Amino acid sequence: MRLRPPAGMLDERAIGWWRARWLLLTGAPVLASAVLGALIGPARWWLWPAAGILAAAGLGCAAFFPRWWFRFHRWEVTDDAVYVRTGAFRQEWRIAPMSRIQTVDTVRGPLEQVFRLATVTVTTASAKGAIRIRGLDHELAAELAGRLTRITGATPGDAT
Amino acid sequence: MSPGDGAGPDGWQRLDKRAVLVTALVMAGLAAGVCAPVLLGLGGGALFGDGPRRGGVLPLLAAAVVPVLGGAAVEYVRWSRTRYRIGPERAELHSGLLLVKRRSLARSRIRSVDLTAHPLLRVLGLVKVRIGTGEHTGGDSTLELHPVSRAEGERLRRELLARPAAPAGDGHRNGLLAALDPRWIRYAPLSFVAPLLGGAAAGGVMQVGEWFGAQDEVITWVGDRFRDTSVGWVVLALGTAALLAGVVGALGLWVEMWWNHRLEREPGGTLRVRRGLLTTRSISVEERRLRGVEVVEPLGARLAGAARVDAVATGIAEPGDDRHADHKTLLPPVPRHLAHEVAARVLREAVAPTGTPLTAHPRAARARRLRWGAGAALLPLLVLAVLGVVLTGEPAEAVSVVAVGCALVLPPLAVLAALDAYRGLGHGISGAYLVTRSGTVLRATVALHRGGVIGWTIGQSYFQRRAGLVTLTATTAAGAGAYHVHDADRSEGLAFARAAVPGLLEPFLEPAPKPDPEPDPDPDPDREPKPDPGPGPGRAVDDGGPAHPRG
Repeated sequence: MRLRPPAGMLDERAIGWWRARWLLLTGAPVLASAVLGALIGPARWWLWPAAGILAAAGLGCAAFFPRWWFRFHRWEVTDDAVYVRTGAFRQEWRIAPMSRIQTVDTVRGPLEQVFRLATVTVTTASAKGAIRIRGLDHELAAELAGRLTRITGATPGDAT
Repeated sequence: MSPGDGAGPDGWQRLDKRAVLVTALVMAGLAAGVCAPVLLGLGGGALFGDGPRRGGVLPLLAAAVVPVLGGAAVEYVRWSRTRYRIGPERAELHSGLLLVKRRSLARSRIRSVDLTAHPLLRVLGLVKVRIGTGEHTGGDSTLELHPVSRAEGERLRRELLARPAAPAGDGHRNGLLAALDPRWIRYAPLSFVAPLLGGAAAGGVMQVGEWFGAQDEVITWVGDRFRDTSVGWVVLALGTAALLAGVVGALGLWVEMWWNHRLEREPGGTLRVRRGLLTTRSISVEERRLRGVEVVEPLGARLAGAARVDAVATGIAEPGDDRHADHKTLLPPVPRHLAHEVAARVLREAVAPTGTPLTAHPRAARARRLRWGAGAALLPLLVLAVLGVVLTGEPAEAVSVVAVGCALVLPPLAVLAALDAYRGLGHGISGAYLVTRSGTVLRATVALHRGGVIGWTIGQSYFQRRAGLVTLTATTAAGAGAYHVHDADRSEGLAFARAAVPGLLEPFLEPAPKPDPEPDPDPDPDREPKPDPGPGPGRAVDDGGPAHPRG
């Protein structure tokens, strides 16, 4: 017996978003050490190679991980539950029943706005049970949040 | 202005007026504590003796009196600006002078009323009352009345937690569930508190020495005692002394914490723990909030065959709020069978779910633990080996001695710990409860009400995928928020999760591509398709039982 993959894929633009994040994450220290190397002659012999290695690693990660993540990340909302699959090395399947959902939020970071993406966060009464669906098309995310809010609003009880 | 402590015309009440006295006394104590060493330093014994010294004493007395009066004045203002009202719908508290705070809790949401009284409050017949809703919304979910008279505290507790009496026909008694047996104190020195307190005692001696500028003298004095002994013996003797101090401290702490301990069930469906020698505490847990119990065996207690019982309830300890970490403990370490028995009584079950035989985990889980153990044992050896190569001369010799010692002690310990950790793993379903056990230093057996599970997280690391294992995490509103089943067999674990919470996992499961060697993936023959909705805690209407409404 095993868990079947959730039906929904993320938006294709999520790959670009993740790539941009990798490049920004590694780009800042690469740039800093390259500039420092240019300014400080004596430290150049190790600053520039370090920058080079970091840049290569960043490019490699940006090329490799987003595709992998995109293949693995899935989501699904049924009438009864929210079901999400995330991760790469450590994979995770999260399931929260609709009747126990307390809040539904959508968040759009600056980079997500550039890629017209949004993150839907679904929380339950558990301090550790929050479910995040990252990298959804922003219109789809808004529609999904509205749908979830409607369904959970119609469910009685305090969801604990 | 309502007169005195009585209720005003519209039901507003004040705190007890003796709050001012309490603050004044506390400040006086503080002032005395701060001034006494200074006085000793100034006077050197003859306090009010010679003329020149008296000049130093009088300002000091003034410095002591001012904070006492100031503190009392501030407290008087606080007292006069604070009032509370227990209405039919809401409990309200108004306080503050410049920043007026109005806090109001819906009475239907109040889940706990805890009374505590430190010795000073007890002498004056006062208590501090905390009224909590058990919501995870930070500090805004509690009202603190500090202080009110003991009778008023009791009245508030009874009134706010009064519920329609629970159905009495289930054969589970109200009244006393467990009371302290003084013999349980034998488990106190086995706790982790003892070595900690020992270290603290040693540190404390040095600190006091420093206050009086006598730290060096303390060290020399200790050095003199051991003039003719070798370093090893000195370390051994000092360690033993610190440990002895720690044991005495642990015993004292146990007495202070657990004296007069009584665990009771009250007719309204509330569990109440009362305990404490000097500071008395009364902690009430509404059974409606109870989602299960946890039988916890810290290593020392486990070796002695003891375990303590914690409640798994919503809204006792907010995450990251250590102040109330001990509020969830229902029973101090007691003999294990008794712990299970009390757990069963708390849950109104005939047999303790925490004591049921559990499904063992696959051997791959043991292999993982042995690998972790090997890693943990080899890492320090590796570091020492590198040090041994790098260093030369006398340090290298010392390093090699330590390395040989580690090589002899660490690997067997690691293997033992790994095997013990594997033996501790287990999960199962017992009636309306999901049971999982893990841990070696702190082994915990959790019985979680299946209706209290509000989601599943199934995690698989790269290595777990290769070994066919999964870690299942049941999320819940109560207790730690999530309880894990570590390294279960993938197929069997998913069947367990499906059986534990019917209707939640089914839509997302599919048969594995290869046929399972085991035709029936369900290992638990006792499994019911739906748990019988018998009477029990955490089974109020809003729970809906483990089944999901649209399942």
